[in-house]
Amino acid sequence: MAELRTEEMVLNMGPQHPSTHGVLRVELVVDGEVVVDAIPHIGYLHRCFEKHAEAMNYQQVIPYCDRMDYLSSMGNDFSYALAVEKLLNIKVPERVEYIRVIMAELQRIASHLVAIGTYGLDIGAFTPFLYCFRDREIILDIFETTCGARLLYNYMWPGGLSHDIPPGFVEKVKAFVKQFRPTIKELNDLLSYNEIFVKRTANVGILPADVAINYGVSGPTLRGSGVKWDLRKDDPYSVYHKFEWDVVVGKGDVGTVGDCWDRYMVKVWEMEQSLRIIEQAVEAIPEGNVQAAIPKRIRPPVGEVYTRTETARGELGYYIISDGSANPSRVKARGPSFVNLSVLPEISRGYLIADMIAIIGSVDIVLGEVDR
Amino acid sequence: MHNFIIQYFGTNVWTALVSSVIPLIWILTYALVAIWLELKISAHMQDRLGPMRTGKWHGWAQPLADVTKLLQKEDIIPAAADKALYLLAPFLVFVGGYAAYAAIPFSPAYIGADINVGIFYIIAVSAIVVLGILMAGWSSNNKWSLLGAMRTAAQLVSYEIPSSLAVLAVIMVAGSLSLNEICEAQSGWFWNWFVFGKFPFLFITFVIYFIASLAETNRAPFDIPEAESELVAGYHTEYSGMRFAIFYVAEYANMFTVAAIASILFFGGWSSPFGTFMSGPVWGAFWLISKGMVMIFIQMWLRWTLPRFRVDQLMYLSWKVLTPFALVNIFAVGLWIVLKG
Repeated sequence: MAELRTEEMVLNMGPQHPSTHGVLRVELVVDGEVVVDAIPHIGYLHRCFEKHAEAMNYQQVIPYCDRMDYLSSMGNDFSYALAVEKLLNIKVPERVEYIRVIMAELQRIASHLVAIGTYGLDIGAFTPFLYCFRDREIILDIFETTCGARLLYNYMWPGGLSHDIPPGFVEKVKAFVKQFRPTIKELNDLLSYNEIFVKRTANVGILPADVAINYGVSGPTLRGSGVKWDLRKDDPYSVYHKFEWDVVVGKGDVGTVGDCWDRYMVKVWEMEQSLRIIEQAVEAIPEGNVQAAIPKRIRPPVGEVYTRTETARGELGYYIISDGSANPSRVKARGPSFVNLSVLPEISRGYLIADMIAIIGSVDIVLGEVDR
Repeated sequence: MHNFIIQYFGTNVWTALVSSVIPLIWILTYALVAIWLELKISAHMQDRLGPMRTGKWHGWAQPLADVTKLLQKEDIIPAAADKALYLLAPFLVFVGGYAAYAAIPFSPAYIGADINVGIFYIIAVSAIVVLGILMAGWSSNNKWSLLGAMRTAAQLVSYEIPSSLAVLAVIMVAGSLSLNEICEAQSGWFWNWFVFGKFPFLFITFVIYFIASLAETNRAPFDIPEAESELVAGYHTEYSGMRFAIFYVAEYANMFTVAAIASILFFGGWSSPFGTFMSGPVWGAFWLISKGMVMIFIQMWLRWTLPRFRVDQLMYLSWKVLTPFALVNIFAVGLWIVLKG
C-alpha cells in the first residue's frame, strides 16, 4: 500500500475556548492530535497599565494594580505599596506588616483554590471546582468585611492600609484555618491522588529546572520543577522572616520532576504552608494605627526603585522611576504570568491536544496580568 | 406472545404503530425526568441546590423550560457545512438509539418486537450512532467537530468489542439471544440473578460491560468525544436549537438503553427480586425501570466524581485491559459450563 500522505493542521485554540483561562489564543500546529508547535498570541486584554500609571499620582495607580492579576489583587497592591514605600524611604507600623502578610496569604489560598478548581475542570472533574469555590467564598467574605470589596480591594496603600481590620476578624480567620485544613485532605482524596487525574497529569508537560530558570519562570511553576526559590525566603520582605514555614517543591512523586502534577501539587502544599503563616500571624498582630504613615500627598525624591514580592503566581516586581513630581515618571511591572506563559511552547511540543489543556492549566496564567 | 397490544388487537398496521410509539413517548418523558435528576443530583453532590424556582417545587419544570427555549432558538447551519449530511446527522444518531428500544422487554407483556436474536439486534443497531456522529463532525466543517467525531468513531468501535464479549458470556449461560428468555432464566429470588451466577466470573463480566457501556454512551469518565474543556463541544459544536436537543435526547436515550440491557442481562430485567411477590406485567415494567434508573444514577454519580481519560488512555483501557479480561472471562465461564453444567 502506498504511504498515506498526511499534512499538518493549524488549529486555533482560543481566544474563545472553554479552557484557555480567559482570552489567550494559542496557535497550534497539530499532526493528527499531536502538537507539533504551540504559539501563544496575547494582547486581547491589553489596558495600557503602564501608560495609565504615568498620568496618575502614586495612590491612584493602586486600583490599576488591583486589576492586573485579578485573582490576587492583594498581592499586587502589596508589591506596589512596598515599592513606593522604598522610594519614600518610610517604615510602616508593625501592625500594618502583620495584616498585610495575613491578607497576602489568604489571597494566595484564594488564588490557588481558583487555580486548582479550574484545573480540575480542565481535566474533566467538575465537582472539586465547586468545593474550591465554596472555600474561597469564606476568604472573600473576610475580605469584604475588611475593606468592602470582594475581588479588587484597593486595600494596601503606600504607608499603610485603607482600613483597619474589623472586630471579629481574628476569630473569622482562625475559624477558616480550622475548617479549611480537613478540606485540603478531602481535595487530595477527590482529585490530587485520583488515578485518572494522576494518569492525565503525571509525566505530561515536563519543565526541567534549567529550562525554567533560563526562561525566568517563577512561583509554583518554578517550584514544581524542583527549584527551591521563594522570594519570601530568598529575598525576605515585610515580616515573613518572623514565621516558621517551608518552601515546598515538586519531587516527582507520581512521575517526573516538573510535570503538570508537580506544578499542581505544589499549589496544594503551598496552601498548607500559607495556613501555617496565617496561624502564627493572627496570634501576634500588634496594636497600633494602620494609617499612621500614609502621606496625604506623595512626592518622592528623584530616584528609581525595584521591589519584588512573591504573589500566588510568582515574582511580581515593580520598577518605578520618580522625577520628583506627584506622578510616577515610569512604572514598569514584571508580571509572573507573562513570563511563565513564555515557556508554554517549550513544554507542549510532542504532547496531545488533550495534554495542551493540562499544560496551559498547570502553568496557571491570569490573562489580565499577561496583557496588563 | 409478549406484546399485549398485538395479543388483544391482532397484527395490523395500527398495532404496529402503537407498539412503536410507546417507546418514543417513554424516551421523551424519561429524558425530561433524567435531565432534571441530573441537574439536581449534580447540584447536591456539589453543595448546590440546582434549579429551585422553575415550576415552584424544586425546579421540576426546568427541563421543560429548556426544551421550550431550544425550540425557539435559531437553527444555524454554517455556511461551509455539507448541508444534507449536516441536517441528517442528528436524526441518524437518534434513530440508532431509538431503534434499540424495539427489542427491550419492558415487562413480560410488552416488547416492541420479540425477536429471538434481541440482544444481537440491539448491539447491531446501536452501531448506527457512530455513523451519525461521524456525519455530524465531518459535515460541520469545523476542526474541533472533526477531531471530536474521529475520537468518537475510534472510541465507540473499540468499546463495542469488550461490551459484546461481556454480553457473550451471559448468552452462554442463558443459552439464548432473546432478552425475554434471559429475563425468564433469572426469575425467582434475586440470588438467581446472573450477576451472582458462576461467581465471580459473571460479576466481573458485569463490571466490564458497565465500564464499556459508559464509553459507548460517551459518559464520564469517557466523555472524550464531547470533552468540553478540550474540544469545545466535540461533534455537536456547530449545532443549535432543536438539532442540538436531538443529540441531547439521543444521549439520554442511549443511557437508558445500556442501563436497561445491564439490568436485563445481570439483574433479572423485569423479574421481581422477591420470587412471585410483586411480579406480573405491570410490576415487571416497574422493576425494569427501577433497575435501569439505579444504573443511570450510578452513571451520573461517576460523571460528577471522576475526571476524564485521555484518548490514548481510553484506547489502552479498552484493548489492553477490558478485552483480555473479557476473553479470559468467557473461557472461565465456558469451562464452568462444561465441567459443572
